[in-house]
Amino acid sequence: MAHAATLNGVERYENQLTPGWGKLMMWVFLCSDAMSFAGLLAAYGAVRLGSSDWPVPATHLGVPLTALNTFILICSSGTMVKALSAIKHGDRKGWLGYLGATMLGGATFLGIQAYEWTHLIMEGMTIQSNPWGVNTLFGSTFYILTGFHGCHVLSGVIYLFCIFVRALQGAYSAENNSSVEIVGLYWHFVDLIWILVFTFVYLIA
Amino acid sequence: MSGKPGEHAEPNYWMVWLSLAVLTVVELLVAQVHGEGARAFVIFSLCALALVKAALVAAYFMHLKFEKYALILIVVSPLLLSGILYVGLVPDAITHIHWLAH
Repeated sequence: MAHAATLNGVERYENQLTPGWGKLMMWVFLCSDAMSFAGLLAAYGAVRLGSSDWPVPATHLGVPLTALNTFILICSSGTMVKALSAIKHGDRKGWLGYLGATMLGGATFLGIQAYEWTHLIMEGMTIQSNPWGVNTLFGSTFYILTGFHGCHVLSGVIYLFCIFVRALQGAYSAENNSSVEIVGLYWHFVDLIWILVFTFVYLIA
Repeated sequence: MSGKPGEHAEPNYWMVWLSLAVLTVVELLVAQVHGEGARAFVIFSLCALALVKAALVAAYFMHLKFEKYALILIVVSPLLLSGILYVGLVPDAITHIHWLAH
């Protein structure tokens, strides 16, 4: 904070109200992102309630495999908090290991989702048709919701990879780790959204 | 809380992770419950369980529980607005719900 005086009111304001600009802005972004998902989920709910030919999701979607995927994402959230905890304690080995595990969890999630999508597309379910004679919105809402979330996971894995490269260069330490906390916020948010999507799209019959 | 933000005992992340895993298993079990009378109960339970899990992630993994009050307000206020969005859809949805009529 040696340069605080030169930043006049800005730095002082930060101390009073905010937890640091980077973290605050990530939260603001996540709020707006949450609103996007809220809109998509609200549309999904309205469409589904107004449909008389909506199938039981489990008859067409692979719930056990996706449950495993959900578990993988929850675990990767767990390794993310351990990664932040490790860097805060100056444990470089643990930090890199947990961060690597988090990336691996995200990549595995994407791989399983790609497999699931491939399977469904091969069966003939697309964004505008399906072979089962059920409401075609079943396919479009599925692809839009899981796809929008999947893009977030993909972005998250790339984001984590960038942090990982910076970490290898020694950019973070027990004193300097706010970037790690910020990537963690994003990653947990992606996990949080998946918890809701999994319940609404896969489980509710 | 000492009043200094960021200074708090580290929450037991292992317990949070375990709770999330167990609640996921509970969800999968609840989803297996069938029967005409049980439908509203199952849907309500699944929504409640999902919201509890989401709240756990936000409170502990995202540290929201330990943040400054101002930040919590910033995060919660748009969620109230999205709540209004959902309430606004209710009248339209109610007229279309088929399974409630039976």
